[in-house]
Formats: sequence, C-alpha cells, structure tokens
Amino acid sequence: MASRNNSILNRIDWLTVSLYIACVVIGWLNIYAAVYNPEQPISIFNFDTNSGKQLVWMGLSVLLIIAILVIDYRFWETFGFFIYGFVIFLLVAVLFLGADIKGSHSWFKIGPVGFQPAEVAKMATILAIAKYLSTPGTNMARFKDQLNVAIFILIPMVLIRVSSETGQALVLVGLMLMLYREGLPGIFPSIVIVAATLLILSQTVDTLKIAIGLAVVAGIVIFFLPRYQRTRRTFVAVGLVYAGCVGMVLAADFFINDVLEPHQRSRIEVLIDPNSHKRGAGWNVIQSKIAIGSGGIFGKGFLQGTQTKFDFVPEQSTDFIFCTVGEEHGFFGSLVVIGLLLSLILRLVFLAERQRTRFARIYGYGVVSVFFFHFLVNIGMTIGLMPVIGIPLPFFSYGGSGLWSFTILLFIFLKLDAQRSFIMSRV
Amino acid sequence: MQEVKKRIIQGVVVLVAIIYLAKLFYLQVIDEGYSEAAVDNAIEQVVQIPYRGQIYDRKGQLIVYNTPTYDIYVTPKKVKIQDTLRLCNLLGLSKFQFDSMFTIARTYSKFKPSLFMRQLSVEDFARVQDAMVDYPGFTFETNAFRTYNTTAMANTLGYVAEVSPKQLEEQEEAGEDYYRQGDYIGKSGLERFYEDILRGRRGVKYIMKDVHGVVKGPWKGGEMDVSPVAGKNLYTSIDLDLQQYADSLFVNKSGSMVAIDPATGEILAMVSSPSYDPKLLAGRNYSKNYARLALNPYNLLLNRALQGLYRPGSTFKTVETVVGLEEGAITPGTVLGHSGIRMNCHCGRSSSDLHTAIQRSCNPYFYHVFRRIIYHNDERDPFKASKVGLQKWSERVAKFGIGQKLGVDLPYEKKGLLPDVEYYNKRNKGEYSWKFSNIYSVGIGEGELLVTPLKLANVAAIIANRGWYIPPHIVRAIGSPKGEPLPEFKVKHSVDIEQRHFETLISAMYDAINSPVTVPARYVVRDIEACGKTGTSQNKKGQDDNSVFICFAPRNNPKIAIATVVDYGRWGGVTAAPISMLVAERYLKGYTTNKAAEAEMKAKYLLRLPNAPNSKPKPDTTKQQKPLVAAKKVTGPLVSHTKP
Repeated sequence: MASRNNSILNRIDWLTVSLYIACVVIGWLNIYAAVYNPEQPISIFNFDTNSGKQLVWMGLSVLLIIAILVIDYRFWETFGFFIYGFVIFLLVAVLFLGADIKGSHSWFKIGPVGFQPAEVAKMATILAIAKYLSTPGTNMARFKDQLNVAIFILIPMVLIRVSSETGQALVLVGLMLMLYREGLPGIFPSIVIVAATLLILSQTVDTLKIAIGLAVVAGIVIFFLPRYQRTRRTFVAVGLVYAGCVGMVLAADFFINDVLEPHQRSRIEVLIDPNSHKRGAGWNVIQSKIAIGSGGIFGKGFLQGTQTKFDFVPEQSTDFIFCTVGEEHGFFGSLVVIGLLLSLILRLVFLAERQRTRFARIYGYGVVSVFFFHFLVNIGMTIGLMPVIGIPLPFFSYGGSGLWSFTILLFIFLKLDAQRSFIMSRV
Repeated sequence: MQEVKKRIIQGVVVLVAIIYLAKLFYLQVIDEGYSEAAVDNAIEQVVQIPYRGQIYDRKGQLIVYNTPTYDIYVTPKKVKIQDTLRLCNLLGLSKFQFDSMFTIARTYSKFKPSLFMRQLSVEDFARVQDAMVDYPGFTFETNAFRTYNTTAMANTLGYVAEVSPKQLEEQEEAGEDYYRQGDYIGKSGLERFYEDILRGRRGVKYIMKDVHGVVKGPWKGGEMDVSPVAGKNLYTSIDLDLQQYADSLFVNKSGSMVAIDPATGEILAMVSSPSYDPKLLAGRNYSKNYARLALNPYNLLLNRALQGLYRPGSTFKTVETVVGLEEGAITPGTVLGHSGIRMNCHCGRSSSDLHTAIQRSCNPYFYHVFRRIIYHNDERDPFKASKVGLQKWSERVAKFGIGQKLGVDLPYEKKGLLPDVEYYNKRNKGEYSWKFSNIYSVGIGEGELLVTPLKLANVAAIIANRGWYIPPHIVRAIGSPKGEPLPEFKVKHSVDIEQRHFETLISAMYDAINSPVTVPARYVVRDIEACGKTGTSQNKKGQDDNSVFICFAPRNNPKIAIATVVDYGRWGGVTAAPISMLVAERYLKGYTTNKAAEAEMKAKYLLRLPNAPNSKPKPDTTKQQKPLVAAKKVTGPLVSHTKP
C-alpha cells in the first residue's frame, strides 16, 4: 500500500473521475449562463453569484474527496448502521430545529451555510441496506428481509416527506432498482411502474376505456400462452391481475383527488396537459419546453439564451438547469449531457458488477439507483415527460448540499472499488 | 439470473436515455413552435407610432394638426406614495377614483406599466411634470389627437378612429398585417383616402424583458429595430377663407357646393351642409359624439358633394347643347317651336333659337334637341332608332363623368345614374320596348338622371375649359408644398367635342347671367364675367324643388367653376345662383360687392328634415342651425385648441 504503484491514485477508476469532472465543470458553466445578464456582465468567479458560490462548493468537494479517499474503506461498512441512525436523528431534529424556508423545515442553518439532512439520507440508507443485505443468509426473495429493507427505506422516507421534501423522499423509491439487482422479484418494480403509469393514465383516459384496454391486453396474454399453461390457475391469475389494475385505476382517482395536496395534484395534471395551468404550475413546464425547444440543433450559443435568463424559467440554476443546456447548446448540448450521465451510470453498473464484496456491489447499485432516478425525473420534467418533482440533476444543478451529497455518494463507491483487490470475495 | 438482471438494468437506463433524446430531438429540431414562443416571451416589441401628417390649405394655412397629449402609466411595484391626498389633488382625482384606478392597474400586473390616466393636456402635463418626480412608478408616454383650425369641412377632412374588427378581417384577407387591435386608422374623408401617406410607418423596437416585464436592454443591439417614419403632410387646394365664406352662406340650409379651379381640377371649396364640428370626433369623446352624430336626422356624416344624388335639372341643357351640336342634330341657328309639347316653358315665346333657348332655359326647345339626338340616325323604326340614338347620346354624356366615378381623392364617391340602353331595356323588360316618348324627360335633366354636386362642378369646369377636365381633387401636393399630387390628377380627359360648340354654349351662358331672365337681376354679380346656367331639380311631390346652378368665371381664361345645390331652394335663380356668384366673386376679388344678396342668402332658412312634406317656407327664423346646436353642446368640456 505504501508503494507508489499501489497508491490510491493508481487504483481509482479514472474514467469515472473524468466523467465526474466533466459533469461538474459543464454544470458550473451552465450555472453561470443561467443567471448571466448581458447588461451587467459579472465574472464567473464573482462570489455573489451562483456560479461563484458553486466554485466554492466545488473547491470544498475536492477536500471532501481527499477525506473520503483517506478514510479507511472499512469505515463505511463498519459504521453503516451508526451512520444511518445518526442521519435519522438529524432528520427528526431538523423538523424541530430546522430553518423555515418556504414552509418547509428541512434545512439546518448555521450562519450563511445551510445543510439538508435529506441529501445525506440517500447515502445513509444505501449504506444501511448494503450492510444489512451483506450479512450472510439474507435473501431479498424472502418476505422477512423484504420487510426489513422496506422499513430501512420507509423511516427516512416518511421523515423527509414530513419535512415537505417530497422529491427527496421519492428518490428512495428509486432504490427499488438496487434491490431488484439483489434478488427482489421483478414483480415489485413492475407493480411500481404499472401503478405510476396507471396513475397518469387515469387522469387522461376515462376509466372505462382503460378497463377495456387492459382487458384487450389480458386477452392477448392468454392468446399467446402456451397450450400447456392454459390452466384454470393461470386464468384466475390473469383475472386477478386485471382486477388489480382496474382497482388501481379507481384508487388512483381517489388518490389524486383526495390524498394529494392541490399543488401536487396540479403537477400531475400539468404533466398531462401543460396548458392547464398556464401561469400556475404549468408555467414551469411550458417555459422549460420553450427554452429547450428554442435551442434548435446547435443552440443559441454560450450566454446567448434569452429564456433561461430573465427568470422565465424558474429555478433555472437548480432544478431546471437542463433548460440552459438545451437553450444555449441545442440538441447537440443535450446529447452531450445525456451522454455523459448515461456513460457515468453505465460505468457505475460495470464497476458495481466487478465488486467482490456484496456490500460494495449493493452500495454501487445504490449509487446507480440514485443517479438514475435523478436523471430520469429531472430531465423528464424539463421536457414534460415527468411530473415536476423538485430534485436536482446530479453534478449539474447549483447547490452545495446536492453537489456534496452526490460527490460523497460517488467517491465512497470509488474508494470501495479501488480497494476491491484487497478483499477476499465473500460472495 | 443476475446476469439477466444486470442486462435488464442496463437496458432500462439506455431505453430512458433514448426516449429522452427522441423527445429532445422532437422539441429542439422538429417542432418549430417553441422557438417562436421564445421570441414572444423574452423579447417585447415596442411600437413607436409616428405623428400623422398635417393638412394645409392652398395658401399654407394649417387646417389639421396633432396636439400632443400625455398618457400616465403606473407600475404598481415601483410606487411609493407618502401623501396620497396631495397626489390626488395634483392629478385632479378623488381618493376613491385614485384607489380604484390603482387597484385595476395592480390587478393587471405589479411589474408592467398600465394606463393610469389618458390624454393629459400639455398644460396639465407641464403643471404636473415636476411634482411627479416625487412619485416613482408613474411614467408619461406621449400620444396625440387630431386638432382642427376650423369648424368647416368635417366630411372632407374625415376623422380618425380605432380600427374596427371588420377592417382587421379585411386586412387579413388581403394578406397584410399593418394594423393591430387598438390602432388608429383614417375612417373617412382625406384621413381615409390618404391613410397610407398620412400615417407614416410605425417603428418597432425590440426590447428584452424578463418575466417581470423589467426592461433588460435592446435585443441584438437594436439591429432588428425599425425606426418610425413620420406621416407626410398633405397640401390641399382648399382655400380655407373661401371655404369658410361658402359655409357661412349655407347656414340654415342643406345642400352642397363644389368650386374647382378648371385649369387644374383642384377643388377650391367643398361645402356639405349641414355638417358638424370636426373636433367632436377627435380625442376622448369620440364614441359618445359619434353615436350622437350618426343618429342625427340631418345626415351630418354624409358628404353631399360626392354622395348626395340630385337630378341636374336645366343645368343639364349645357351638356345637351354641345352633344346636340357635335352630333349634328342641331346647329346654332336651329329654331324650334313650342307646339305639341307637354312641357311648361317660362321663356315667354312661341319659338326660339339655340342661344335664346339656353339663356331662357327653354324646356320645349331641349325636348326637341333630345328628340333630334335620339332620332338622328338611319333607323326608321322608332324603337330601333331610339336604341341607336340613346346609345350614342349616353356615350357622349358619359365622357362628362356623368354616371361614372370621377375618381376624386375622397372615399365613398357615388357614381350617380346615367340611363343608357341597358338600363331602359332592363327597366322596360326587353329590347325595343321603349322609345323617345318614354325617356324624353332625361333630355332636360330630369327623369332617371342622377348626379352629384361634384359632377356638376366638373361639368362647369369642362365648359370653362372648352372640352376637357382634370379629375377634381383636393390634395395638390404630397409631402411638401411643391410636391406632386397623385399621378391621376395630372391627366387631361377630353370629352371629344369641338371647341366651337362650347363657344356657342358659353356665349349663351354669359347672357344668361348678364342679360338675366332666369336669375333675378338683384342677385347678379356683374363685373366678374360669369357664365352660368340655372337648374331646378325636381323633388318629390309636395316638397319644394332643389335649387341648382353651375357657373364659371371669368368668361375668358376661367379661374373658378362652381356647382351649387340648395335643397328646397325652389329654383336655380333664387338661391343657388346668388350663392355661387358670391363665392366666385369672393375668390376672384377677395371681397363682396353685392352685400344685399349676401345678407339675403345668409338669412334664408331652408332647413328641413328629410322627407318632410311641408312645402311652405318656415316662419321659424332661428339664427343657428339646429343640428349644430345639438352638436355644439358636446364641445363644452373639450379643451379647444382652435386658433381664431
């Protein structure tokens, strides 16, 4: 370990690090562009602007990375539960001690510095689940383990939801991907996807048509079943699934109209018809699509956007940063950014698969899940394919908490990956 | 199994990326609606409306100009008021008014300026301007309304008003896009005819604004901006003094007078009475006043000079004369008797030659003239002969502009009616179904024949010119006093009749005035060498006839040709003739010699509601015209910018 060849710098996955650096730097330039005012040009390094502050967060991230790379890799596995417990404590504490920002108590404020425990909750939850599932004898196909894991996820989820950070709470649903890889039967994520789809469908198409449509699907399934499987049992199963789906549609109506709060309901309605709340919730989506759509193939050029500046797109340097990319760099820019994030995620899948410990692999897939969910929802909402859920685009969005939490998440995994050869495989 | 799950996860991630890129490709590359929306959004067009062109008379007197006004706009977000009451006093508002206006503005937008008060006069603006510095959030924008130096010529000048939805539709059908909702457009008179010239061209500035409407500077450094082009001035041929003098003779009368400079076709004066004060349709009381004017039974918005249709009466004998001579139907020496004719004659003779017939306006003589014109051909059958004859006659008469549009530079000119073969075929349902005896009254300017005062004035100008005319027009120069009129107002039109025939006619017209029979001697203005012809245009039964007169002066090298129609003026010699000659004298000499006639004409009260059956002169001698009394009441609250 002391030898130069064995240095962490030689063993870390530089491809991932390069992708990380590319994302952060491109994100930083776009944060500058998002609030750039041609009448009063301010330097990208000005600390009064978002870009200047982001630079500070980026600098501090380097310190964080160094710290993570120095800390012994066994720390995370050993203290997994402890970290989890501590974060749960913070999530509870923030409800009582947190600063009131737009009615949401999710931030600790210490002088000018804010800290959002929800951001690290992802990392803590993944650590705890990885630790739990790496215990020999656990099996995600078993109900007891499924229940335990569900509890690990639900506790922070509920707490984050109570602090009005719905988006951050939903991110934990994304961990389904990780659990699926670790043996959770495919039926669970399928149910989630079908439920979400039906939820949206129930708002566009009337219930009767959905019921008929589903019946057609069921008929096709039965038609293509091999003869030997056409037993009474299969028919009952298909019938039950069908009944379940129709029930879900009916429940969705109830859910949307009676459970969701008005602003959440409007976000779903807007996804279906952006023009329905032109100055309200739909405003964001319409403006965001106008900004991206006006970019064309090659965009308007760096700092030349008109939509993302001047506040047409709200949250233009945080949740809607992708608009700046789309407007100023066009389809080409979108391609580059999506390409970078896709490469990063696929690279992480590759890295996760080559881990020798279950803990490291589960953790790796946890990182993949989180990044993918953010990618899916954030870009999806800017182009109107997903409801507006306020979660940032990893490494691109402005904000210290976000950047740090993604950096910590990623580099813990890179540290684990760098040390993989020192570990005897336990799987 | 785990390998499969890995593949599935990779597949899902790649699939999502592909779906998103496809959607992005659609948004950014295929669907162009979004880039258009982006322009609307951040870049605001600021329209700069130039001043409309001014209108001058032939001596350079200003008739129509613009009065700048100031509109106050308020941006609620920026407003900080310490003392609302003081501000209210300053603007002349009550606290309640202020609050309600401010609330409306705030409801519209906190960030965008909204109209707070309209049309603050320059005086008010000067008074308020300095004090308003203490009240941030209130801004001024210049605007203008049309202002008039005269109360005359309302229908000639026309008015300006907001473009109507119908006009916007028409514009769209024509594939143009100049006017937008709320824009002003010339609606009638010169304002309409010369709209494109008067309005100038709107300028457009592109300004970048943020979502709060706060200006962030010019877009693309202003390279897309179009600077406004000021409207061009119109230099009319109207002699404002003459016009006002003519108007004064029409007080308490309805009717019309058109005076033309025959050499150029320039209209010197155009009276349409009764009328209204043009300033009533300028400024903020437009809609209220318009409704009142439109509902007035005296047809105040009708320009009788080109829309009033009259029978020409005996004035048409002038045209009949030269057509008859040119056709060879008569000669200057032709003597015709009165026998066997169902027409009254006031010439007091049993037969006369052409000269006397014109001078004395002999109906039987012109009955024969028309008959000779109609039957002056080789056809034996009277029906066929009538057709051929009328065909030739109507072609000749049409060259005088009768039954045609003269193309004056005013909108809504009426064609009138010149009955021709086609017309009678249609009316009598079939060819050869009519002959001279069915149509003879046309020959003395009655029957179906309909003309406008403008056409009659043009006939007078044609006679004055001995056979040609330039289409009558009001604008003699566009842009500068030495500019050019529209090209069509430089073209001479010949009526294709020999000059000597006109000389024959003119010598009789000269005697008609200067050895008068049809015009009472006390009304004649002697030393201007006027040549004229009276007419009596028949009205409905039970109504007094209309008095018609055409003339020009002096006999040689004429300077002015006039046609006058006075409704219910009974016969040509007693109202239309004296008025015409007074106007001619005023134009030629600059003063009036026949003061008695002037006083008598001004005092005449001939105003009747249209279709009133009463034929007796009214005992009522109210000094002022009734419709104008009603109209003038509205004038009160308007600030008058008229210079006396």
